[in-house]
Amino acid sequence: MALPELPTRGQRFEDPPAQFAQSLASVGGRCERSPNLAAVRTAVAALPTVLEASKVASLIPEVHAGNVPLEQIEDPHALADVDVAILRGDFAVAENGAVWVPGAALGRRQALPFITQHLVLVVEPMDVVHTLHEAYARLRFGGPGFGVFISGPSKTADIEQALVIGAHGARSTVVFLVG
Amino acid sequence: MNRHAARAAPFIADEARMHWHDKAVWHVRSNRDRAVASVPEWEALREIAAQVKAHTMSHLADYLETFERNALRLGAHVHWAADAAEHNAIILSILEQRGVKRLVKSKSMLTEECQLNHFLEGHGIEVVDTDLGERIVQLAEETPSHIVLPAIHKKKEEIGTLFHHFLKTAAGASDPKYLTEAARGHLREKFLAAEVGLTGVNFAIAETGGFVVCTNEGNADLGTSLPRVHIACMGVEKIIPRAADLGVFLRLLARSATGQPITSFTSHFHGPRTGTELHLVIVDNGRSGILASEAHRRSLSCIRCGACMNTCPVFRRTGGHSYDATVPGPIGSVLAPARDAARYASLPFASSLCGSCTDVCPVKIDLHHQLFLWRQELSSQHLTPLVKRLASRVGSLVLQRPWLYSALGWLTRWFGRWLPRALLYPKFNAWGRHRELPPMPPESFRAQFRRRRA
Ligand code: SF4
Repeated sequence: MALPELPTRGQRFEDPPAQFAQSLASVGGRCERSPNLAAVRTAVAALPTVLEASKVASLIPEVHAGNVPLEQIEDPHALADVDVAILRGDFAVAENGAVWVPGAALGRRQALPFITQHLVLVVEPMDVVHTLHEAYARLRFGGPGFGVFISGPSKTADIEQALVIGAHGARSTVVFLVG
Repeated sequence: MNRHAARAAPFIADEARMHWHDKAVWHVRSNRDRAVASVPEWEALREIAAQVKAHTMSHLADYLETFERNALRLGAHVHWAADAAEHNAIILSILEQRGVKRLVKSKSMLTEECQLNHFLEGHGIEVVDTDLGERIVQLAEETPSHIVLPAIHKKKEEIGTLFHHFLKTAAGASDPKYLTEAARGHLREKFLAAEVGLTGVNFAIAETGGFVVCTNEGNADLGTSLPRVHIACMGVEKIIPRAADLGVFLRLLARSATGQPITSFTSHFHGPRTGTELHLVIVDNGRSGILASEAHRRSLSCIRCGACMNTCPVFRRTGGHSYDATVPGPIGSVLAPARDAARYASLPFASSLCGSCTDVCPVKIDLHHQLFLWRQELSSQHLTPLVKRLASRVGSLVLQRPWLYSALGWLTRWFGRWLPRALLYPKFNAWGRHRELPPMPPESFRAQFRRRRA
């Protein structure tokens, strides 16, 4: 049997960012639209999770200065007490609310998006594909590296099917689409 | 020999609990239906997925070699294990060489299959399952009763008692949110203390040498991004040829499993993180035997979504433990006899052959047909109970002869009503154990049909 051709596109959505927001909401996350990074900065500063945070780890200085010296961190265990992590995602997927977070920017701090109590992802400029077919059409896996689709916060339904947000990883996930 | 029925008996005896389980599992099936309905090209995706898998299985050796080559290029170590014993020994030696004692695991049905936990614990290693459901069954010293929802058979009160004992939660507390929070705190400590993280593999990509792990909790990621060693265990059938195939499989997997559009975390590992080690353990453990069987090869296409169990009327009412196999439900009943026909001979009969499993399977495994094939094979190998074989023989004899069929029908209609119960419901009549015959009709269906047509 021959290897079949793959679909290059699947279902289409009228308004992919709106669909993304809806998909993300359905998995317990939240999407905000912002015209620019300055607006994201204002919105992030007002997030209750950020207001209450004592440790903010930011990989986007334009959005938040952060108070965790990420550059100096060699051992990921040092990230254990991060309250909010702010990082970039490459693009978003409308059908499932996922954001592609490449490991390259994280480096030794690969644990960051998982160990943090709350996660803020910023997709700038806004880039939303319809389905995973388009997502994989653009992803390249040439060399060593890590990458992850994150769709909403960490969750479990292992106790009597009751959905509980915040199993091991982030208790909340907010995604900013910029532009 | 009627193992499944015997094992199911205590589960069924508690009728309220049986209905509770049935409802809980059906709820997951309903979520799946809703998610599937939102994808217009669902059937086309299933077809492509089935073809990709069929193609891969027919070139498996080549793809495995390509995968190994690429994984090595990325800096991973690759180990091959012919069976469970080799798999366990490889992992133990990795741990021992590094003098490591603490291991965190995310979900891997393969390590369940190989009974890795017991083996390692016997060698003084602390093994912590980090998937909440798996941690629950681990603490309870049980096995998962479902491949996606390991603790679906447990009530929250029971989990509360368990956690009260092990995690010091408040006595009598059973709120899922509270219990999950307690487990979060407990497992965070384990994550931070772990020296090695072990994961399963959902998809291994031949062309890139990378692999994908899907979780909702993020436990695979926490378990691998903190320690310096990552061990990933996979059956040989986890291979897909191209990264782009993920577009098809990931669209199918979570929707089929729980009705989510994708798992919360879908992690792509290509080689070790800087400064750490990555070990891939690729396991056969009977899979090449299934691959060699033309009739059963398709069962290797399974992506372990669990949809076939969620829809199965037998699984829902008998619970996963009644199968006494690592993978329960329809797919488990197809895979297990390939491993040990005598031991699992009753499983292919734990089905109504309604075909619902086949309808929901995202990779189009012909499950009910496979079950039917197994029934034939097991009967011809004389691995089914004698009564069953005799009954089938008699049935076949009668159904092939219309005259005999009508004659026996006539006899039963006339004498059935006077026959003593002991004769109508003998011990070997399993069918009559929970069922009463209807009142004998005065005439046969054929007679009625003829009369009405006239
Ligand atoms: S056999 Fe099909 S439906 Fe059942 S678990 Fe495997 S992929 Fe899912």
